[in-house]
Amino acid sequence: MNQHPSQAKPKKSGGLYAETVIIHPRAVKGLYRNLKWWLMVLTLGFWHLAPFLRWDRGPGAPDQAILADLNGGRGYFFFIEIWPQEVYYLTGLLLFAAITLFFMSALAGRVWCGFLCWQTVYTDLFVLVERVVVGDRPARMNLVRRPWDLHKIAKTAIVHTLWLLISAACGISFTLFFGDAFQTLKEILTGQASLGTYSAIIVVGGFCYLLAGFAREQVCLYMCPYSRFQSSMLDEHSLIINYETWRGEPRGAIRKGQGFDGRGHCIDCRACVQACPTGIDIREGLQMACIGCGLCADACNTVMAKYGLPPNLISYDSITNVTAREKGGRGGITRLVRTRTVLYSLLLLVIGGAIALSLGTRRTTEANILHERTPLYVAQSDGSIRNGYTYKVLNMIRQDRSYRLKIAGLDGIRFSVVGGASGVGETELQVSGDEVGTFRLYVDVPEANVKGKKSAIFFELTELSEGRTLRSESIFAGPEK
Amino acid sequence: MASMEKDSVSGQMTTGHEWDGIKELNTPLPKWWVYVFWACVLWAIGYWVAMPAWPTPSGYTQGMLNYSSRANLDEEMKAQKAGRSQWVAKLQAATAEEIAKDKTLLNYALAGGKVAFGENCSACHGAGGVGVPGAYPRLADDEWIWGGTLADIEQTIKFGVRNAHPDSRQSEMLPFGTGDALAADQVSQLADYVLSLSSKTPAAGSPGEALFAERCAACHQEGGVGLKDLGAPALNNNIWLYKGGKDGIIAQMTKPKHGSMPAWTERLDAGTIKMLAVYVHSLGGGK
Repeated sequence: MNQHPSQAKPKKSGGLYAETVIIHPRAVKGLYRNLKWWLMVLTLGFWHLAPFLRWDRGPGAPDQAILADLNGGRGYFFFIEIWPQEVYYLTGLLLFAAITLFFMSALAGRVWCGFLCWQTVYTDLFVLVERVVVGDRPARMNLVRRPWDLHKIAKTAIVHTLWLLISAACGISFTLFFGDAFQTLKEILTGQASLGTYSAIIVVGGFCYLLAGFAREQVCLYMCPYSRFQSSMLDEHSLIINYETWRGEPRGAIRKGQGFDGRGHCIDCRACVQACPTGIDIREGLQMACIGCGLCADACNTVMAKYGLPPNLISYDSITNVTAREKGGRGGITRLVRTRTVLYSLLLLVIGGAIALSLGTRRTTEANILHERTPLYVAQSDGSIRNGYTYKVLNMIRQDRSYRLKIAGLDGIRFSVVGGASGVGETELQVSGDEVGTFRLYVDVPEANVKGKKSAIFFELTELSEGRTLRSESIFAGPEK
Repeated sequence: MASMEKDSVSGQMTTGHEWDGIKELNTPLPKWWVYVFWACVLWAIGYWVAMPAWPTPSGYTQGMLNYSSRANLDEEMKAQKAGRSQWVAKLQAATAEEIAKDKTLLNYALAGGKVAFGENCSACHGAGGVGVPGAYPRLADDEWIWGGTLADIEQTIKFGVRNAHPDSRQSEMLPFGTGDALAADQVSQLADYVLSLSSKTPAAGSPGEALFAERCAACHQEGGVGLKDLGAPALNNNIWLYKGGKDGIIAQMTKPKHGSMPAWTERLDAGTIKMLAVYVHSLGGGK
């Protein structure tokens, strides 16, 4: 694997620390550039508009489509409402996302890095600001060399002000997912929001400014683990950025009127290097620092067109196709069905199916039983054995509901609810909408019917209007027999 | 030491270190990384100065910001207490019966009572009121020596049992069988009768029955149902404070043990005692 330029050029003495080389990517036009613009609009559009999407959940419930209500302990995603104990859905989602990333890489290389990652998108946007305010690559390099005069101060100030505004917007959008967006935005802008909200904006916005304004490709090179293991995600059929050496070499500058016979198509104009946001030379082959954005391909295609040469000297294609072309073939469509792509698809199907199934069959009532351990059981004066339980009923819809509780499993069960019915075989429990009802229960069983140290008993909770019954198991402890 | 040179395979410089012919490639760390490292070192030094950091023989360095997590805890506890004041006021105004009827107040009292019980009561009565056999009564069952209503329990917690407080509950089991009160065989007959009571098969017509009616029924009542006003425990069940079985009964008859309980009204506020009463009442299901 080749070295990044900042690494490849150590000082004469071979210093242990590499100077940071600021990269000023040159503007290019082309297919991949357009794709990147559109995806930027899409991703940033989602980020900034999604908190304002509404979703009617009825009276008393938040109407924000995507909301993480930390104080209320609820997560909302359109028609889905997640309670704290269901956070495992998030695990499922993360698994799904990770495998989607691998799947994408196996098919089309580092599309995440090159087009969708927020580091790439925000760096792209920050470079665009520089380009608009200062100018393209030469102008920006000139500005760096220029002494600190009024011109330089003014341009730099404008760039950083715009960067900070974008960063602030990024941080603000982050906080809007955690509270009613309209209300929170109003509070933020009028100075009424909480210290936590402002801190979140400063932390998220501050990192946006730092990472997209200054760290840029260093994030991909030194912080992100993905570039380090991407090679294990790829095979010869994955789409990657290729410099077609067989066609490009031997490279060399070209004078006007000179033909391309007996030499390569690469005119060594370095347009690909100057366009690269991570500052690499793709002609040295695929490397860790290549984020697969295709901007070098755009740059090269512009040059190829100028010289009337066929495009895609730098191509976004699979190694198989590049090799086929080298041997005189035409390449063609990448093989999509491979062991790894099939495996990834199956995994995605299984995980996605499991999440969908569990969401689809999700109960609106859950019950938790906690069997008292101190004391495990108590002998009563009438000779019966008593066990204590804390029984929690989670009413997960926004409607007060009544349940009928019956306890079965041993003969002669009688139970009492602290603050409610006493010595009954079944009773009604009321739980308010969107609440957890906590009941302390005492279950009495005549000693003759107790089956020793531990036996199973069942709490059968029937929702009265729907008639659905939830049966949960617990233990009944007694003296050894 | 070998010289630094360009490695022909990778095109990278070497560091000049060489071991048995193996040379180390120089992969320079980015400078910003080193700056971040030094910034962290500086931050740490600043932290030592500003915050409590180093142990000293007599304590620790306090730091210039005077930060103390213990002082913060104190403040938080005060704020908590202030936040609870409206509940405490409600608890103090309500009787234990009113608390038991109000669902929110009941839950609050149960939670608060549980904490107070853990701090003050569980040393003797055990976690969850499990009790200590032979020493401290179990509160989790339905036998209440001094009464199991909320008012009874509150009274017992407030003034205790057999202590110096004027309102304390007082009573003593008289010793039988030492001295001339009862002969040894009579003690045995009585114990047999009490055993028969506890298994709910009273031995009618036995000599023990007559002795029980004469000597014991004044306090323990006919049939051994007990008398809560006098703290005379029920004998008609298998719950024994000290020891069951014939030898246990004889031991308590001849050399009675008497437990005592402090008066909590001097140590706890009325609200806490009410919460405790509600909690203890809930432990055994209460009366």
